[in-house]
Amino acid sequence: MISFALRRLAGLVPTLFVLVTASFFIIRLAPGGPFDQEQSLPPAIRANLDAAYGLDRPLAVQYGRYLARLARGDLGPSFRYKDYSVNELIGNGLPLSLTIGLAAALLAFLGGVPLGAIAAWRADSATDHALMGFSMLGVILPGFVVGPVLALLFGIYWPLFRIAGFEAGDPSFLVLPVITLALPVMAYVARLTRDSLVEVLQSNFVRTARAKGLPARVVLLRHALRPALMPVVSYLGPAVAFVVTGSLVVEAVFGLPGSGRYLVQGAIDRDYPLVMGMILVYGVFTLVCNLVADLVYGWLDPRVRP
Amino acid sequence: MSALSLRTRIAVVGLLALGGVALAAPWLTSWSAEALDWQHLAAPPFDGSHWLGTDRLGRDLFARSMQAIRVSIALGLLAALVSVVIGVSWGATAGFIGGRTDALMMRFVDIVYALPYVFIVIILATLFPRGSLAALFIAIGAVGWLTMARIVRGQTLALRRREFVDAAIASGARTPSILWRHIVPNVAGTVIAYATLTIPQLILFESFLSFLGLGVQEPYASLGSLINEGAQEMESSPWMLLVPATLLSVLLVAFNLLGEGLRARREAPRE
Repeated sequence: MISFALRRLAGLVPTLFVLVTASFFIIRLAPGGPFDQEQSLPPAIRANLDAAYGLDRPLAVQYGRYLARLARGDLGPSFRYKDYSVNELIGNGLPLSLTIGLAAALLAFLGGVPLGAIAAWRADSATDHALMGFSMLGVILPGFVVGPVLALLFGIYWPLFRIAGFEAGDPSFLVLPVITLALPVMAYVARLTRDSLVEVLQSNFVRTARAKGLPARVVLLRHALRPALMPVVSYLGPAVAFVVTGSLVVEAVFGLPGSGRYLVQGAIDRDYPLVMGMILVYGVFTLVCNLVADLVYGWLDPRVRP
Repeated sequence: MSALSLRTRIAVVGLLALGGVALAAPWLTSWSAEALDWQHLAAPPFDGSHWLGTDRLGRDLFARSMQAIRVSIALGLLAALVSVVIGVSWGATAGFIGGRTDALMMRFVDIVYALPYVFIVIILATLFPRGSLAALFIAIGAVGWLTMARIVRGQTLALRRREFVDAAIASGARTPSILWRHIVPNVAGTVIAYATLTIPQLILFESFLSFLGLGVQEPYASLGSLINEGAQEMESSPWMLLVPATLLSVLLVAFNLLGEGLRARREAPRE
């Protein structure tokens, strides 16, 4: 088990290397530089700026320096937000993004599994069809459609929650973002649970449990649900990754000061270190979540361990 | 082969209707997507000759939405085509040659697959000068071929063991010609079904980028940029949000139903 985990961990290294290298060079290919917006800087100042940030060196040297700094955990200075390092910027926004993301993931799994179980329990009934119809819509509709519509319904027409003028510490601002983010994952979890539970309910050991005279409820909860949750567990990694990237949209929709906005804003501003930092932090998070999900899966089901 | 289900047929009819109206829109309404109507700023639906109302600048929302749908569908098809071409070539080659080449090619797919797709696309979006959407979508299609390659490789592995492939090899056909004449026609059905499912994803990407301000630029509209504009004005003029949001939802649901229907038909047991 430990060697399996270590091997998977080592497998992350080439992926991360490709991610760093590809994004470093691709963003440098983009037309325009970080100091182009300021109108016609005097050439001497421009040269000084470039020299200060090392932009006057050949690209290969810059890449080497970036890697060296990265090895020490330093993501470099932001070009755009003067006096801030990328570590500080992302560090300031990340707690809020993580709070929303984890709350959404939790809601999605705690809500999705029971809904899927109900649908499987009443398979092919009207309840099942209705639940699965909603689940299809939930999977298809993107956050930037669902978010504003929810804000319109529950922030303006029926003002249950606050949607403008974020104040830290007031959870009323976070309810709709969390729901928006959780909805597609919850819908998908419900469908996974339903499909896998329907299959398990037809297997021999379930029939045996029923034949023993156990109440149907006990059969479902004690015997069938556990093995049926395997596909759901394996979806955990991609789900967390989805929620993390989805927070980007939700933060834009609801105007929350998380770290997601730095990716798009940094890309538009050509703030190279900020974009690289965002890609790395979110990328590592995604990859680690996938890894943890794989490990949990291997722990639950020894058959997949190589 | 079973017939298409009722849901799938409704989806086809809906798509054809929506696409037809979008194509015919310039002749259906006297308003162009860019014309400003100073008499009707932020007018609600059915106000005068503006069927779906106008935006803050008095531009006709029907004309703008239909133009957005034309752009969305065209870009979705273009990017899907790119990902089909790359994915089929890659997957069929890997599956047919097999061995170390196959392992290497699929390892490459695995690595790219693990990268956060959204980030790559956002970076690609900044790469191209604003407005050069075709270039952007060729790039998105070029990232989106991975699943296609996996599916085609799996199918090719199965096909390679069939007698007609042995017969083609025995009769001296060369590898490219076997791939093109024997493998590709046999995976075409699956590829079409899967490509239909990628189109809504690509439309979604285009709207997503436009929503963030990285995609379609003024004066052109995208459903994503319309949703973004509408979200700013939703308190006073909710239709500016609801019209593009509804149209995008219908488009996505219809393409998904169609794709699911085609896939279900591929996977249905044959008699």
